[in-house]
Amino acid sequence: MTGKYIAMLIMVAIVTLGVIPSTFADEVVVYSARKEHLIKPLFDLYTKETGTKVRYITGNAGALMQRIKAEGSRTRADILLTVDAGNLWHAADEGLFQPVKSRVLEKNIPSHLRDPGNRWFGLSVRARTIAYNTDRVSPEELSTYEDLGSPKWKGRLILRTSKKVYNQSLTAMLIVEHGLEKTEDIIRSWVHNLSTEPFSSDTKVLESIAAGQGDVGIINTYYFGRLMKKKPGLPLALFWPDQDGNGVHVNISGAGVTTHARHRGKAMKLLEWLSTPAAQTIFADSNMEYPVHSDAKLHSIVKSWGSFRENLINVSRGGELQAEAIRLMDRAGYR
Amino acid sequence: MIIRRLGSNLLPARPSAWRLFAALFAAAVMIPLSIILLSFTKPAGDVWRHLSQTLLTDLIINTLKLAIGVGTVTAILGVSLAWLTAVCEFPGRKFFTWSLFLPLAFPTYVLAFVFLGMLDYSSPLQILLRQHSLPTLSGFRSSWGVIFVMSLSLYPYVYLLARDAFSTQGKRALEAAQSLGHTKTEGFFKVALPMARPWIAGGLMLVLMEVLADFGAVSIFNYDTFTTAIYKAWFGFFSLTAAAQLSSILVVFALIILGIENSLRSRMQFTSMGRDAFRKERLHLRGAMKVFAVSYAFLILFVSFVVPVIQLILWTTASFRYEFSSRYFDFLGHSLVLGIITAAIICLLALILSYAGRHHPDILSSILTRICTMGYALPGTVLAIGIFIPVAAADGFLASVAGALLNVEPGPVLQGTIFVMVAAYIVRFMAPGFNSIDSSMRRITRSIDESARTLGSKGLPMLYRIHLPILKGGLFSAAALVFVDVMKEMPITLMTRPFGWDTLAVKIFELTSEGEWERAALPALTLILVGIIPVALLTRQADD
Repeated sequence: MTGKYIAMLIMVAIVTLGVIPSTFADEVVVYSARKEHLIKPLFDLYTKETGTKVRYITGNAGALMQRIKAEGSRTRADILLTVDAGNLWHAADEGLFQPVKSRVLEKNIPSHLRDPGNRWFGLSVRARTIAYNTDRVSPEELSTYEDLGSPKWKGRLILRTSKKVYNQSLTAMLIVEHGLEKTEDIIRSWVHNLSTEPFSSDTKVLESIAAGQGDVGIINTYYFGRLMKKKPGLPLALFWPDQDGNGVHVNISGAGVTTHARHRGKAMKLLEWLSTPAAQTIFADSNMEYPVHSDAKLHSIVKSWGSFRENLINVSRGGELQAEAIRLMDRAGYR
Repeated sequence: MIIRRLGSNLLPARPSAWRLFAALFAAAVMIPLSIILLSFTKPAGDVWRHLSQTLLTDLIINTLKLAIGVGTVTAILGVSLAWLTAVCEFPGRKFFTWSLFLPLAFPTYVLAFVFLGMLDYSSPLQILLRQHSLPTLSGFRSSWGVIFVMSLSLYPYVYLLARDAFSTQGKRALEAAQSLGHTKTEGFFKVALPMARPWIAGGLMLVLMEVLADFGAVSIFNYDTFTTAIYKAWFGFFSLTAAAQLSSILVVFALIILGIENSLRSRMQFTSMGRDAFRKERLHLRGAMKVFAVSYAFLILFVSFVVPVIQLILWTTASFRYEFSSRYFDFLGHSLVLGIITAAIICLLALILSYAGRHHPDILSSILTRICTMGYALPGTVLAIGIFIPVAAADGFLASVAGALLNVEPGPVLQGTIFVMVAAYIVRFMAPGFNSIDSSMRRITRSIDESARTLGSKGLPMLYRIHLPILKGGLFSAAALVFVDVMKEMPITLMTRPFGWDTLAVKIFELTSEGEWERAALPALTLILVGIIPVALLTRQADD
């Protein structure tokens, strides 16, 4: 009999320990696919300004989403912060986010960079554009993403793997613009023009272009920024494609409040704070990305790349069409 | 009167506590496994249709290529080096004996990014070679590159076990072969090698399971295997069902490998001459053979360990200033704590499991053991899912009980605790722990038990006084292997760690996934330096 009571006591103790700290503490819990060194400075600043502690855990986007799903109504996550609209769209689709009505967020964030249903919000913009070797290509030769499939680039194109969600979103955008059939032709023509097997990172793509293994490639601008900061002498430059047409493909990193958030109000406050110009500057600068708030200052290096017209199709389309895009790339032999 | 079959009179006939434990443990391991297998009850036809129309053939061919390639290379490296250091005598033998284990401290994904950083087209080395119009290496990012990297980091498993076999075989077997007119070479192929086969197979099995479950190295090479398809199904198509179904095919693969290994293992009860069989009378290599042995051992050590460590040191010195912070002590501490806790628990469980098999040497025992060690072939992330779901359910149950008793709505109890993490590690790394302990258990002959019994020692005292001293070596290798494996483990750690439990492997993931190889060198180097300690201790013991 005593055994039973002891067991019950232990259980009560465990449960109590689980409850007290998580419900009453002045804190907000973030699951983040954005890396620690990019978010920690911001969260530290937030804690300093408001006194609210931000607890976070980082990881791979898909795994964090699965974790929230498995944890169900008992999840500790108040906010899921992740990169790529595709991931955000899926999180919303799986019911992991709740809609948030906030004037501040609506005012600070352009409508094509947030969920039409107000479940997630873009917090920084990442432009996926063309980079080229300045010794071997003149910018006049470049025009659009589609053009990279034309015969003049045969054996000169370098791409990152189709397994990376950035390329899946880019392909999804092409599907929105051109439809399935034409997009498959475009991807096929890219694969045909490859100078080497696709790489596993954008940085490798850039380094190989600089080394002359190929002449042009598609990359996110912040990888270019990081690499050039480290090795300023590389013969590399950015090109903004499709400026007479739809514009540069942009993606976002963004966040939403989880359906079962324990600190809903505090989570919303944090999101709103992140969308203010001051926080936006830090958010974007830490990784040389573009802020979503137009008043936020650009990083000096980012500014030096010049301005560009961006594609205004809502980024959520990338998520909707992601599976379709992957299938298409597999069919086209894009590894 | 009870009539017992010959030989079984040494063993208890009724089911013992050992067996009960083995069954319970297998049942616990079956929970995550069956969640993965149960995925077949749900449809995921569209993902399958797509895969079979586009990638599946390539994936299977690629995976087989990798398994055969890495299997062959690790077998050749492992067996030859084991033979040289266990049986022969040449200058530097003692040094090579332990140092050739060192690559075990290298996570495969670290070796992959180090070698790509050195040998890819855009690497400083290749650029330099091209500038001087020297011959360059092309196409390192290919199947042979992956095989190269994986073999270098995995051969120590074969080396470890093969060396164990050779050094206990006894020279008399070889002498017998020679007395029958065979040369030394023939003696090796006709006597020593066949006798060591079960051990070599044991090592190869670990290698193959690692190959099947690897995601880190293949994704750095962008080399498509079965694991990359699992990730694609999950993170691309968001079909956990399809991912789990693909994983259960891996489980079947693993079962086949285990089945083969098991049939070989059953012949593993040879009389042994004791550990120092060759201590006094090694084959002294002379002339060209001596030069060859030294340069061969040196070359392998140089390529698999010295060169990558130098590269990591160079990168670390370049990035240390902005990468290092006091948080590194936390990362290191977490890695150590997790490694030690898991190693201790696995040793205890494996010991009991191995004992259960000893008490009941029948089919049921071997099935139970197979189940308990199967997690090794599963990609860590998939395994983590298999653990997450039942843990969430247990939390739900606890919550509803607590709600009824106390009228509160509790938060997660088990979820996001170190408990889940360690449970996942245990399922994943039971195999290396168990194999080490079980192979030394097999060294305890029945006659030892018999003598102990006649001297009045049995049960736990016998385990403690007679068996434990014999098992010490096996226990130690088990602990060292598991410790190093846990330190290197990435996907389970990423997915199940509680708040603030970042480890060195997590840091490596964060930096490499952003292509920051240079900055990842600091955590990688730390991980390897810490991993060397148990590996070096492991080998001192092997060095007798």
